[in-house]
Amino acid sequence: MSDLLQVRDLHVTFKTPDRTVHAVNGVSFELKRGETLGILGESGSGKSVTLRSILRLHPEHRTRWSGSIRMEGDEVLEMGSRALADLRGRRVAMIFQEPATAFDPVFTVGQQIAETIRRHTGKSETDAFKRAKELLELVRIPSPAQRLKAYPHEMSGGMRQRAMIALALSCNPSLLLADEPTTALDATVQIQVLLLIRELQREFDLGVIFVTHDIGVAVEVSDRIGVMYAGKIVELAGVEQMVDAPQHPYSRGLLASTVHDGMRGQRLEAIPGAPPDLAEVPTGCSFAPRCKFVRPDCTTAPPSLRATGDTHLVRCVLAA
Amino acid sequence: MAIQTPSFELGSPLVQPTAASASRGYWQSVARRLRRDPVTLICAGTLILIVAASLAAPWLGLADPYKTSMIRRLLPLGSPNYLLGTDELGRDMLARLIYGGRLSLFMGVTPVVCALLIGGLLGITAGFLGGRVNMLIMRVMDVFYAFPSVLLAISLSGAMGAGTENTLLSLTLVFIPPVCRVSESVTTQVRGFDFVDAARASGAGTLTIVRVHVLGNVLGPILVYATSLISVAIILAAGLSFLGLGVKPPEPEWGLMLNTLRQAIYVNPVLAALPGVMIFITSICFNLMSDGLRAAMDVKA
Amino acid sequence: MDTMIPVDRGGPAQPLLLATGLRKHFPVGGGILGRGRKVVRAVDDLTLSVAKGETLGVVGESGCGKSTVARLLIRLIKPDRGTMVLDGDPVDEPHGITVNELRRQVQMVFQDSYASLNPRLTIGETLAFAPKAHGLPAAEARERVRDLLSKVGLDPNNYAERYPHELSGGQRQRVNIARALALRPRLVILDEAVSALDKSVEAQVLNMLVDLKSELGLTYVFISHDLNVVQYLSDRVLVMYLGKIVELGPVEAIYGNPQHPYTRALLSARPSMDPRKRTKEAPIQGDPPNPIDPPSGCRFRTRCPFAEDVCARAEPALSDTGHQSVACHMSIAGSGHSKAVRGGAAAA
Repeated sequence: MSDLLQVRDLHVTFKTPDRTVHAVNGVSFELKRGETLGILGESGSGKSVTLRSILRLHPEHRTRWSGSIRMEGDEVLEMGSRALADLRGRRVAMIFQEPATAFDPVFTVGQQIAETIRRHTGKSETDAFKRAKELLELVRIPSPAQRLKAYPHEMSGGMRQRAMIALALSCNPSLLLADEPTTALDATVQIQVLLLIRELQREFDLGVIFVTHDIGVAVEVSDRIGVMYAGKIVELAGVEQMVDAPQHPYSRGLLASTVHDGMRGQRLEAIPGAPPDLAEVPTGCSFAPRCKFVRPDCTTAPPSLRATGDTHLVRCVLAA
Repeated sequence: MAIQTPSFELGSPLVQPTAASASRGYWQSVARRLRRDPVTLICAGTLILIVAASLAAPWLGLADPYKTSMIRRLLPLGSPNYLLGTDELGRDMLARLIYGGRLSLFMGVTPVVCALLIGGLLGITAGFLGGRVNMLIMRVMDVFYAFPSVLLAISLSGAMGAGTENTLLSLTLVFIPPVCRVSESVTTQVRGFDFVDAARASGAGTLTIVRVHVLGNVLGPILVYATSLISVAIILAAGLSFLGLGVKPPEPEWGLMLNTLRQAIYVNPVLAALPGVMIFITSICFNLMSDGLRAAMDVKA
Repeated sequence: MDTMIPVDRGGPAQPLLLATGLRKHFPVGGGILGRGRKVVRAVDDLTLSVAKGETLGVVGESGCGKSTVARLLIRLIKPDRGTMVLDGDPVDEPHGITVNELRRQVQMVFQDSYASLNPRLTIGETLAFAPKAHGLPAAEARERVRDLLSKVGLDPNNYAERYPHELSGGQRQRVNIARALALRPRLVILDEAVSALDKSVEAQVLNMLVDLKSELGLTYVFISHDLNVVQYLSDRVLVMYLGKIVELGPVEAIYGNPQHPYTRALLSARPSMDPRKRTKEAPIQGDPPNPIDPPSGCRFRTRCPFAEDVCARAEPALSDTGHQSVACHMSIAGSGHSKAVRGGAAAA
């Protein structure tokens, strides 16, 4: 197998004194080198949890994982702390929604990028700074030499996000995880960052998993899109198939309820109700209570992911 | 300090709270959390015991705490009829410790309550009105803040002379600035929430907004803070008495008892430490209870 | 209490709300004596009118002053300058109406559904607060609460006794909308009211807003950064950049034939919904500048691909091009810009 990443039947639960949250309930997918997978879902769908599980970023003492996550063949869920440290930052990098939290406010951007390079590659300080400057150029930050000396708060939002991408790419990772990296940005800046990610992905042949709640953003960057609902991937397909012919009632509802050009005056097809409480494991399909095509067998057993085409997977009893 | 790998922030994995089946008020959920916190429960129980014993002291059949005896001085713990021994004047320690709790607790609680009323009022006013009013009140408080609280209490008591009333007064003055500052900061925070703006936008008057929207959200944190101050007040009051600036002999009071028993420390160290033990237990219980309350109240759901 | 329903005074031609020359600058930093202080020019000489029964959309990026506009219109903050007229009555002036009267007729829905509800009050108490503050007896206030809850699609028996943390984001935002309707206002300002909601829930709330508007004869000012939602809901659209109006006009004109380079950039920065027509190039580079020190002349010139000398020298006035009003030298004949044309329609 030439898969870069392979996730099999991933389950993630969080225990708090009050309750147990079943955040991810059996997610499977694989990613090839140079491919971008968009994970689309609403809040509480488990998309971010899935992404963070790839680096095991959740607090160990109250998180339970099961299933398998293989990064270039190595099982992430069984890694020791050394292998994990090597995985994080060198083999797999991550960018976040709020770059302000990813940078330490008391060090300059240059220091932080250089430090990361030195830790993972053992380069000298001068070399590391030289590389940091190249990276800032790479992410199209104007006058990079000056920007190296800037503190994170001295940069604008879009600039910080670019700097974070530079930091993420500093050790030539083969997989980039993006957790809503453009959500907090202004529209005119968002598109710049999206284009940058797309360009860098091609240039470095990166595997990218891009988590977002915005269909438009997912369509701009993804080769394939996985739609998540209540901790499960309910549909996984190529971006064109997903946009042209979504099969799962939830994906269809999501596309129909997203306002875009030319819908003025029409009534929106809203999905009624709200996502389920993740404290309970549902007996049937999690979407059944909101689904307008619900049938009696939807509530008896959870539907399995079936293939309706070469690369089109749907978790619905109605899918042919 | 090495730079940490910046991109690996631990995010909270918790999902949004979802609807519970039965509706529960905020205080009910606080109570539910408290019930599951053994430390806080034990502390509260201990405090209730101490307070109840102090209040009920005259009816407990204790010996007279003022009755001295030349022959029975400094009896050790466990002596017949004197369970906890006697002090340097032959007075029953058990009775004096229990009676002493009345004054010590009174001296601990009263100044905090007074400071809570005055400092809370000033702080909430400063926080809600902001601007110049805030500036005026808070700068005055800063002047008091410039002195360490112990020194301030000692100098105020020293200037006004010893005695219970003056101790209460000086302690109250010492506690007003911190209560005021905490009240101001929580009020400023609450005032920034949109629901206060929404209430203003509905045309409600300032007093109505403060009563309905501000008080309910700020009293909890202020009370928690005040609880932690009680332990400081008890220690400070005891300290003042120990220095001869507080309660006058022969009143039983833990700080004063600690002072007079000082001479006996080589004769009967355990006995001499007893008032200190009481001060320690009471203040640590107040502190732990305050922590427990804070934890229980620090939840949204 | 029908005395609480405000009546139409000026007739249909009279704008419901007319704001003229609104300005708000916030001082930032500086010493105690106010020396060397900088100001954020949040809103600068903004003039707008809201016609009865229309939805005016306000779009712009962060820092453009759109939230300040919302708070100015409802007088949560006092403008440094400028006047407001509500249906013919000047606001906060000797012969006009008081700010309190304005707030009875103009209400607001905030973005953060959690922060805008008092966590210590039940939904019923929150909704009854404003009517009670205006003297409605308790029994009638209770009735009003039930009515409001059913209007926003929440079962009164189920929700009146609940606390905000027990509700989902969409339900909380419904409560916020109900609260804004509690005083039976004529104008509702929606400040990013659906922005924090999930798409499937957003659609529910948008449908509800449309229904409520026709049912109650409301007028909306809909403020959002989401151009698609503004297009869906609005009759007229106002585009803001760094505290200034850059373009204002009917929704068809703004979306169909945008004149200002910023409006065009904003529109083409929307992600494409078609994977075969992905965005090839970002319409403009860089971030919006800091509103503390906005550029001289036209504030957009630092990011504008068509900027010329005149743009730095003079501030373009908002001028009518026939379909819409545009603040751009290219749309002003004889402005000195090389692309300035008579009657609008600047070269692309």
